[in-house]
Amino acid sequence: MLTIRQDLIDAIVAHARADHPDEACGVIAGPDGSDSPTRFIPMVNAARSPTFYEFDSMDLLKLYREMDDNDEVPVVVYHSHTATEAYPSRTDVSYASEPQAHYVLVSTRETGTEDGPYEFRSYRIVDGVITEEEIKVV
Amino acid sequence: MAIEVRIPTILRNYTDGAKIVEGSGATLAEVLADLETRYTGIHERIVDEAGLRRFVNVYLNDEDVRFLDGINTAVSDGDVVTVLPAVAGG
Repeated sequence: MLTIRQDLIDAIVAHARADHPDEACGVIAGPDGSDSPTRFIPMVNAARSPTFYEFDSMDLLKLYREMDDNDEVPVVVYHSHTATEAYPSRTDVSYASEPQAHYVLVSTRETGTEDGPYEFRSYRIVDGVITEEEIKVV
Repeated sequence: MAIEVRIPTILRNYTDGAKIVEGSGATLAEVLADLETRYTGIHERIVDEAGLRRFVNVYLNDEDVRFLDGINTAVSDGDVVTVLPAVAGG
């Protein structure tokens, strides 16, 4: 189960809408061992694409160093789908490399950059296996 | 020559959980080959026939080795090599 604050959900959705129709991506870091996402870190999608996302390689190094210095881990790794449902694609599964992370998918296909309903779902992706999990808002 | 190698979470099952290991060699390729002698299986998670795997980033100190000489990048005593899987998807 992913336990997450409403303001962090809102921040992810706002980022996804701002970057629509390109995919948006980022991390919510949290203290190592806490499983609690606390620090919202939107990342640039270096691919700037509606069908692919990738953290820029230098941004990635900076991010992991920062988290290391703070004893943080990427509790949530999020990205948006802009034309399809909020479910991990085959590409998402093949790249998934944080077995401890909650992979959050948000879909902006219904409303694009506008306010309105959105899909927000969370998964574990371990050894190529996708498991959807409940989201508890606190 | 001692090179510090920082191992990402997903590869720590090869290093008994160690976050940082030491390797030796004059190039990145030699360091990775040296790691394989103690941490069997780690090499092919980072390297394939074509060189460094597309979805693995390797840094020498503050630089992505793709912008240096890739797997043939020269390393020297005291350098830090960081391995990080790409965060990417579709």
